Amino acid sequence: MQIVAVFFVAVLVNNFVLYYFVGICPFIGVSKKVDAATSMGMAVTFVMTITAAVTWLINNLVLIPFGLPFLEYVSYIVVIASLVQFLEMFIKKTFPELYKTLGIFLPLITTNCAILFVALIQAMRAYGFITSIAFGFGAGVGFTLAIVIMAGIREQLEVADIPRPFRGAAITLIVAGVLALAFMGFTGLVSA
Amino acid sequence: MKNETLLTHFGKGLIQNNPVFVQVLGMCPTLAVTTSAVNGLAMGAATTFVLFFSAAIATLVNVIVPSQVRIPVYAVIIATFVTIADLILKAFFPPLSAALGPYVPLIVVNCMILGRIEAFATRNPFLPSLADALGMGAGFTAALMILGAVRELLGAGEIFGAVILGSAYPPMLIMILPPGAFLVLGILMALFNHLQEKDLPILRKAG
Repeated sequence: MQIVAVFFVAVLVNNFVLYYFVGICPFIGVSKKVDAATSMGMAVTFVMTITAAVTWLINNLVLIPFGLPFLEYVSYIVVIASLVQFLEMFIKKTFPELYKTLGIFLPLITTNCAILFVALIQAMRAYGFITSIAFGFGAGVGFTLAIVIMAGIREQLEVADIPRPFRGAAITLIVAGVLALAFMGFTGLVSA
Repeated sequence: MKNETLLTHFGKGLIQNNPVFVQVLGMCPTLAVTTSAVNGLAMGAATTFVLFFSAAIATLVNVIVPSQVRIPVYAVIIATFVTIADLILKAFFPPLSAALGPYVPLIVVNCMILGRIEAFATRNPFLPSLADALGMGAGFTAALMILGAVRELLGAGEIFGAVILGSAYPPMLIMILPPGAFLVLGILMALFNHLQEKDLPILRKAG
């Protein structure tokens, strides 16, 4: 039950982009077209789920038993960077079709703070292994949801007459603010 | 003359190339922790600390690091200084550390830091790199503090915890909640664009 709750909280109530403000860079950078946004969301969900599992193992099997919690940040970032690199090679070899869709977005994910955030939060809240994976997957789905909605709105914005100083990042942030307001409606829906 | 160039390297991060308002970098901490001016200042200071020392080490090790593995090397350097900053905050400023929470470790992936190291520090001599790091850090801190002050003023009627607007002003709680962060930053950014378009002499001089 907790697993389902953790998943839905990560998708809707505490949406990574609109509640925790992580993953804002791709959220603003790659949200001009719905297609690209969907691919980015898929790539992020994929990496997040795997990162949640791997960092859980590292934290609970290496860092905690050996009393090395001060190495947390250093080891996580190394794991994430190498994981992304490895995944890129693996997908390229085994699923060339998928690689074509995700291709350019994979390396960008290393610097997506949402990935590191998943690792940190699951360690901080001491989730179990399966719960961590559900959390990582939910966070990815939530990110995808937010970025796809945003891209849909921005495709409409292209043709709108926006006052000059607001063009670019400014109007995108204001739209994100309205979106965050809408997502606040989910507060209290589920709690974990 | 030498000092003057160092000053220009420092100055361009403040306004002309402000990391938040112009380059739109480091958005996660910018939006997340700026519920008050103090938090914005603390996050800015921690980020400046990490940027300054990482840039210093990165320029020094640059010659011996093969360029294929430079990104992971920089990431490890940055992560080391973030760990130091985090431990200092936890030891000496526990309330601030609690308020900033998981956003301190997230400095590791602040794209502004890696961006400055990659775009400036590794291509320039030691001193200009330090000046650039300080300038970018100062610009980042200023932006966070302004954003924090505006949100604190509108959301709680206070700045730095001092009551400004008094009890006659009903606080707009939404400004402290997540949507307020997006709205205030969006409007501040538009204001910044507007002022830059007007090309005020004060901006030109500082930039």
